[in-house]
Amino acid sequence: MNVIRFILQNHTQVLELTLEHLWLVGLSTAFAVLIGVPLGILIAQRPKLNKPVLASANIIQTIPSLALFGFLLPVPWLGERSDRLAILALTLYALLPIIRNTYTGIRGVDAAVVEAGRGMGLTESQLLFQVELPLAVSVILSGVRVAIVISVGLATIAAAIGAGGLGEFIFRGLAMVDDRVILAGAIPAAILALLADLGVGWLERQLRAR
Amino acid sequence: MLVLLGRSGSGKTTTLKLVNRLVTPSSGEIRVNAESNAQVDVIRLRRRIGYVIQDVGLFPHFTVERNIGLVPKVEGWPADRIRDRVQELLHLVGLAPELAARYPQQLSGGQRQRVGVARALAADPEILLMDEPFGALDPLTRDELQREFLSLQQRLHKTVVFVTHDLREALRLGSRIALMEAGKLVTVLAPQEFLKSSDPWASAYVRAFENGDRAGNRGTS
Repeated sequence: MNVIRFILQNHTQVLELTLEHLWLVGLSTAFAVLIGVPLGILIAQRPKLNKPVLASANIIQTIPSLALFGFLLPVPWLGERSDRLAILALTLYALLPIIRNTYTGIRGVDAAVVEAGRGMGLTESQLLFQVELPLAVSVILSGVRVAIVISVGLATIAAAIGAGGLGEFIFRGLAMVDDRVILAGAIPAAILALLADLGVGWLERQLRAR
Repeated sequence: MLVLLGRSGSGKTTTLKLVNRLVTPSSGEIRVNAESNAQVDVIRLRRRIGYVIQDVGLFPHFTVERNIGLVPKVEGWPADRIRDRVQELLHLVGLAPELAARYPQQLSGGQRQRVGVARALAADPEILLMDEPFGALDPLTRDELQREFLSLQQRLHKTVVFVTHDLREALRLGSRIALMEAGKLVTVLAPQEFLKSSDPWASAYVRAFENGDRAGNRGTS
């Protein structure tokens, strides 16, 4: 109960940091979708690019997040503002599930359906936008869902380089050896992850092709 | 109606796909309506050729109406004309008008293939390519669809290229039967000539067919 009291006493700051957190996650996820979905489509259509693209995304995924933040710190324009840097790093991490699910979703569309569409004279873009993407959308969105949940967790580490977000409480709590402060960051972060998961799940059901 | 007959892997489907350029020839030229099909725009070419495959390939996220009306729609027909055309086609292939609002997975196999035929006919193509369209259906439904397709063809007079490995179907539907073996065209014959042909591949086919028939009769008696 101490935690709740602490959160209530510091509610303006909790709210502020939650919004910062949301901003980091939201913006990076948006970038990751804008980059990842087209890349996924590209490698679904050109199987030769599949291995190198997925391998690169995989390698990025294996870099420890704290190290990646550190590596990027000296980069000129990025290093000036740590939130830019955090957004770039989070975007990179979110890429893999989005690229992979876009690829899997599109490759998973029934070959007979694609052949029929092509045979009846749909152009490649009509085929993509009217057939392949609508049929792959729920697989793609479940990739986005995974990406968001990962980002909410990773974004707490961005506080280590001063990018703000709920990680501030966690690091402060660790320094102060005070569980209340740690939980004041961890609980809202967990709730954010859950809400985002529910939200995308809802979107998935709305968009799901029959 | 030309039937391409042959065993699996004999090149029937490839031949069919050469016509609408789903397969590109490594050499030579394919003429469609006396015009090399490599010269015309591939999208235009395909929209003038109806295409029906065994797996039907209906768009699962579209209703029957949108499935049938897709080519007219991308061709820019007005909505009311598409609606009328869909109703006309449903009637033509023997489906009830209220099926227009259904989704493919709510239909039986036979109904799906009827929708497949209706979709291929939507923009009134001169040529129809059919790749074992009735192959996955049960014998009764297949018989029904073959019969209806014959009477449909008597009204529509399309140029049809029909792929099958079933001699009975070939004899029933074809005005000419083109026998293929190992990627080569063996012979082209009228159904009656086919049964009497001295060509070794043709007679082998007829023999296998008769054997199958006898075995079938023994089974039922």
